[in-house]
Amino acid sequence: MIPLSWYLIVSALLFSIGLFGLLARRNAVAMLMAVELMLNAVNINLVAFWRYQTPEAPAGLAWAVFVLTIAAAEAAVGLALIISVYRRRDSVIAEELDTLKF
Amino acid sequence: MTSQQVIFIILAVITLASGLVVVTNRNLFHAALAMMLSFFGVAGFYVLLEAPFLAASQLLVYIGAISILIIFAIMMTRRLMSTDESPFNSQWIAALFGTLLIGGLIIFVIVSVFSPFGDIIIANSAPPSLAVQESTVLLGRSFVDPDQYVIPFEIASVLLLGALVGSIAIARPEKES
Amino acid sequence: MTLGQIALRALIAGFIMSLVVITGFAYTTLLERRLLARLQARIGPNRAGYIPLPRKGKRERRLLGGIMQPAADAVKLFFKEDATPAMVDRVVYNLAPMLTVIPAILILAVIPWAGPILGYEEYFAIAPGIDVGILFILAITSIGVYGVVLAGWGSNSKYAILGGIRASAQMISYELSLALVILAPVMLAGSMNLNDIVVAQEGGWYVLFLPVAAIVFIIGVFAELQRAPFDLLEAEQELSSGYNVEYGGMRFGMFFMAEYMKMISFSAIAAVLFFGGYRGPFVDQFPALGLLYMFIKIVIGLIIMIWVRASLPRLRYDQLMGFGWKVLLPIAVLNFLITAVIIVLASEGIIAFPI
Repeated sequence: MIPLSWYLIVSALLFSIGLFGLLARRNAVAMLMAVELMLNAVNINLVAFWRYQTPEAPAGLAWAVFVLTIAAAEAAVGLALIISVYRRRDSVIAEELDTLKF
Repeated sequence: MTSQQVIFIILAVITLASGLVVVTNRNLFHAALAMMLSFFGVAGFYVLLEAPFLAASQLLVYIGAISILIIFAIMMTRRLMSTDESPFNSQWIAALFGTLLIGGLIIFVIVSVFSPFGDIIIANSAPPSLAVQESTVLLGRSFVDPDQYVIPFEIASVLLLGALVGSIAIARPEKES
Repeated sequence: MTLGQIALRALIAGFIMSLVVITGFAYTTLLERRLLARLQARIGPNRAGYIPLPRKGKRERRLLGGIMQPAADAVKLFFKEDATPAMVDRVVYNLAPMLTVIPAILILAVIPWAGPILGYEEYFAIAPGIDVGILFILAITSIGVYGVVLAGWGSNSKYAILGGIRASAQMISYELSLALVILAPVMLAGSMNLNDIVVAQEGGWYVLFLPVAAIVFIIGVFAELQRAPFDLLEAEQELSSGYNVEYGGMRFGMFFMAEYMKMISFSAIAAVLFFGGYRGPFVDQFPALGLLYMFIKIVIGLIIMIWVRASLPRLRYDQLMGFGWKVLLPIAVLNFLITAVIIVLASEGIIAFPI
C-alpha cells in the first residue's frame, strides 16, 4: 500500500513548483497558473489526510470541494482583471504594472 | 512494490514533470496544456484515494472550466506572447532559493514525522478500509447537515455568484462616449 | 475478483465496445447520407457494394445499395496525403485530433448497455464500478472542448481560430443547461449511477415525468454535438468548415469520427436518462434483450438527429448564444427548482406523486 507520506511529499513538491512559478514568472497569466498548481497541491494534502486519518468525517473532502469552488472564482475574477488591464495598458507583464494610478 | 505503488509513481512523475513545464516553458499555450496534464495527474491521485466524486469534479472544474478559461485568456492576450525573451522576471534567482528553502523545510518535516517507506509508523502505511460508495454519500450529507458544512456551502454559492457578477463587471468594455 | 481481473475485463470489454461503436460510426455516416438524401428527395450513395438478386429476363435487383460506402470512405481518407501546413504549432496541431477522439471513446465507459449478462453481477458496462457516472459524463464532455480549441489555435489560420472560438463558446454555454437538466433524473432516482437511473424507471420512463427536462436535454445535445441547427461553427458557406479546415486525411477523419461517435453515445445517454435505458418487455427473463432495446433506442435517437438536420435552418450566432443563455438556461434552472420542490413535497407526503 501507499504510505501517507508519499502523498505529502508529492504535494510539497507540487506546492514548491507552484510557489516558484508564482514568484518568478513575468506573465500574469502564468502566475495565475502557478497559483492553481499550489491550490491543487493543498487539495492533495486535504484528501490524503481525510483518507488516512479521519475517513469517518468528511472534513478534508468538504474543504477540498471548497478550495475547488474558490479556485474557480479566483480564476474567473483574476482573468477578468488581466483582460481588463491588458485592454488599458497593453501589457500582462506583472513587473510593468507598477503605477498605482492610470 | 505493489501495483498501486507503481501507479502512484507514474502519476507523481506526470504531475510533477508537467508542473515543472508549467512554470518554465516560454510558450504560454504549451504551459497551459502542461497544466491540464498536471491536473489529470491530481485527478488520478483522487481516484487512488477513493474519492471518485472529487476526481470527477477535478476533471469538470479544473480541466473543463479553469484551464479552458486560462487558454482563452492566453488567446486574447496573444500579441504579447513572444517566446524569445526569458519567461522569468528579475527576481527569479531569489525566488528559486526561497522555494528550495521552503520545499526542503516541508519535506524535512514530513520525513522526520513519517518515514517515507512506512517502516517506522506502520499504522500510516495502509489507509483504513472504506466502503466504495461511502465517500460520496458522506460528502453529500455533510453539505446539507446544519451541524457540519451547510453555512460554508451557502457562502461558497454566494461567493460564486459574486465572482460571476464581478468578473463580468470588470471585463466589460467601457462605453466610449 | 481481484483488481487485475477487473482491469483485464474492463480492457477487453472496452476494446470490444469501442470496436462496435466505431463500426456503428461508419454505418451512422451511411444512415445519415441515405436518410438525408431521402428527406431531400435524392437517392444518396447507392453504388459501393450491393447484394445482387438476379431476376428472370430483367436487370438484376440490387439490395442494400451503398453497404460498402463507409469502407470506401475510410480507404479514401487513409490514403489521402496527410499534409501539415508550414506555420502551425506542431505539438498542438497533432494533439487536437487525439483530444477530440479520446473523450468520445471515454464516454462509453459508464453507459449501461444491458442487464446482468456475460458474468457481470449487476449490469453490463465497461466500467460498472463508477458510481458518479453522470458526473463522469459531464467531465468528459467538458474535455471535448479542448479538441476544438486546440485545433483552432494550432492551425494558425483565421478561419480555424474563428471556428474554434465559436465552437468552444457554444459548447461551454450549452453545457450549463445540459448539466442542470441532467440533475432532474438524478434527483428522481436518488443516484448518480446510470444503472440506478435505469432501474428507477421501472414505473415509467422519465420523459413522462420530466418532459421539459427531456426537451432541454435534447436541444442541449444538439448544441453540444454541433449539429444542425447549431452547426454554425462548421458553417461551410461562411467559415469553410471552421476549426478543422487545415486538417486533411485521417486527421480530419478523426474529427469526423469523434462527432459521430458522440452522436451515438449521446443517443445512448438520452435513452438511459429519459427513455428507460436497456429496460423493456421480457428483459428480466432474458437480460440479453437489453442490448437489442438499447440498439433500437440509439438508432431512433440517431434518426431524430438526422431528421432535425434535414428540417431546420441554421441559427445566427447571436441568436444561438441568446437562446442558450436567455431561454434554455432559465428553463433549466426553473425545471431543477420545481422538480426539487415536488420531490420534497412528495417525500413529505403532502402531495401524491408516483416516484
